[in-house]
Amino acid sequence: MQANPNDKQAQIRALIARGKLKDALFAALGIICLGIGLVVIFALVADMAVKGAARFNLDFFLNFASRRATQAGILSAWVGSLLVMLVTALTAVPLGVAAGLYLEEYAKRNWITEVIEINITNLAAVPSIVYGLLALGIFVYTFGFGQSILSAGLTLALLILPIVIVSTREAIRSIPAMIREGSMAVGATRWQTCRYHIIPYAMPGILTGVIIGLARAIGETAPIITIGALTFIAFLPPVPFSELADGTRAGLFDWVMSPFTVMPIQIFNWTSRPDPAFEVNAAAAGFVLMAMVLTMNAIAIWLRYRLRKNIKW
Amino acid sequence: MNSCAMTAPPAPDAPVVSNRLAKNAMRHASERVIEALLFAAAAVSVLTTVGIVYVLVSESIQFFQSVGLVEFLTDTQWTPLFDDAHFGIMVLISGTLVSSAVALAVAIPMGTVIAIYLSEFANPKVRELAKPILELLGGIPTIVFGYFALLIVTPLLQKIFPELPGFSLLSAGLVMGIMIVPYVASLSEDAMRAVPMSLREGSYAMGGTRLHTALHVVVPAAFSGLAASYILGISRAVGETMILAVAAGMQPNLTWNPMEPAATITSYIVQVALGDLPHGSIGYQTIFAAGLTLLLITLLFNILGQWLRRKFRENY
Repeated sequence: MQANPNDKQAQIRALIARGKLKDALFAALGIICLGIGLVVIFALVADMAVKGAARFNLDFFLNFASRRATQAGILSAWVGSLLVMLVTALTAVPLGVAAGLYLEEYAKRNWITEVIEINITNLAAVPSIVYGLLALGIFVYTFGFGQSILSAGLTLALLILPIVIVSTREAIRSIPAMIREGSMAVGATRWQTCRYHIIPYAMPGILTGVIIGLARAIGETAPIITIGALTFIAFLPPVPFSELADGTRAGLFDWVMSPFTVMPIQIFNWTSRPDPAFEVNAAAAGFVLMAMVLTMNAIAIWLRYRLRKNIKW
Repeated sequence: MNSCAMTAPPAPDAPVVSNRLAKNAMRHASERVIEALLFAAAAVSVLTTVGIVYVLVSESIQFFQSVGLVEFLTDTQWTPLFDDAHFGIMVLISGTLVSSAVALAVAIPMGTVIAIYLSEFANPKVRELAKPILELLGGIPTIVFGYFALLIVTPLLQKIFPELPGFSLLSAGLVMGIMIVPYVASLSEDAMRAVPMSLREGSYAMGGTRLHTALHVVVPAAFSGLAASYILGISRAVGETMILAVAAGMQPNLTWNPMEPAATITSYIVQVALGDLPHGSIGYQTIFAAGLTLLLITLLFNILGQWLRRKFRENY
């Protein structure tokens, strides 16, 4: 068995070249797969912008939905989305931050804490439409909130609660123990430590989670359809203290009980109509919704990027 | 409650000492109240679960008083709102499973390839750029994906398969797959990055190429994490609603062919909710029975995922 050394060398070179070729091919495959994702985002935004271009004027934002496609607008939808988000944020942020704070700073290692933690992990995997069924049974019928902004806001708040809790916990966990020790060493109680140190230092991280959660909530359609939100709303919720049709004045919180529609439902309604004229409206409304969601996500990503760069304990 | 100790003036003489002790007691009490409030907030998540189970089970019990469980599981028709009502959940389950299978056939290979590329091949700059792109893709509202599936992907597919109907599980499933890619990719990448460097170095030292190392060393070592990401992808696919409601049609159809339109568990719930069913009617109860079925399916996959994780967990 005497192999020609040149032969052997050539074989090894060929082997290495094959290995490198395969590496390069796989890297190309990876870039292609990533590219598909990029193309999808780009195609979506471009298609909606081009198709919906005819509708981008002030009237589109200031008109109610209409049977005539060219006169239909998204006034009730964007006002509804904004108000629902307000209720969601006012519920999910205090609850989520408090729960995160409890689990990181207060909770003892016992079975109750474990149940809560496992529960939060599992809730994150529950399909969103199931939250809609929960809301239909509990908020709409048992509590009697009806098909109102309040029901929708609370439903979405429960939906994004795990996101807020997890990001709060991560933000708190990244604060070194010496901060707490320093605070307690000068006589602060546990709550004072949280109030003056932990919460402020964790704020950027919490904010990132809250924005991502709200971006998810504003695009959610299924749970809101399930609670029975109407698709055709040609009025706005009552402004506090304004005069109503029957001559009485609206209360400060009357708007939370008002029927409503939101952006995703308006898009769904227009997409499922056979008349292609409404396709243009769907595209324009979709573009507005995408712009809202992508902006919120981009802010969150930027915030996190800055956070990673700037904070060095 | 937080003004007490921090702003208290320095104590110059004796009586203040006892005063401070009294304040300490109050401090203690308010601390307890705050702790209780924070605990209550944490307990809301448990209450949510209890609420979900309570609502689904109590409405389903009423449903199963008028429809037998055997009929529910074996009937091959789903016509709950017709005079001749049939309640065969298999019809909806078939739609859910077919669309999920299509979605996973896209999401698992693509997600895994992207994860391997980002964790083993890409330089840090590409990775820093790619992760936000994936995140943005994952943040697109599902209704927008539904629009995309119905009005862009379906016409494109019809050029390849002229016999494809306007609504189909195929186009909905494909778009759903794209939607799930970011979840699978980012979780898989995290799992692979957690594999210790020494394993890769060992492989390189033996002359392994990058691809060899990735496929034969890193992927097996990270398998439990990969499995968990696939399971999450499955739960997303099974629970996805709007893409299917928009692009897959909503007529119940017992089929295993992705080229046909069909209703899924989720799109049926949407269809009923869009109508005006009276509270307490049998049609109203069907959506809770369907929701319970959906929850049980996702639960089943989650348990499977936990089991896979434990079975294939590698400790370094």
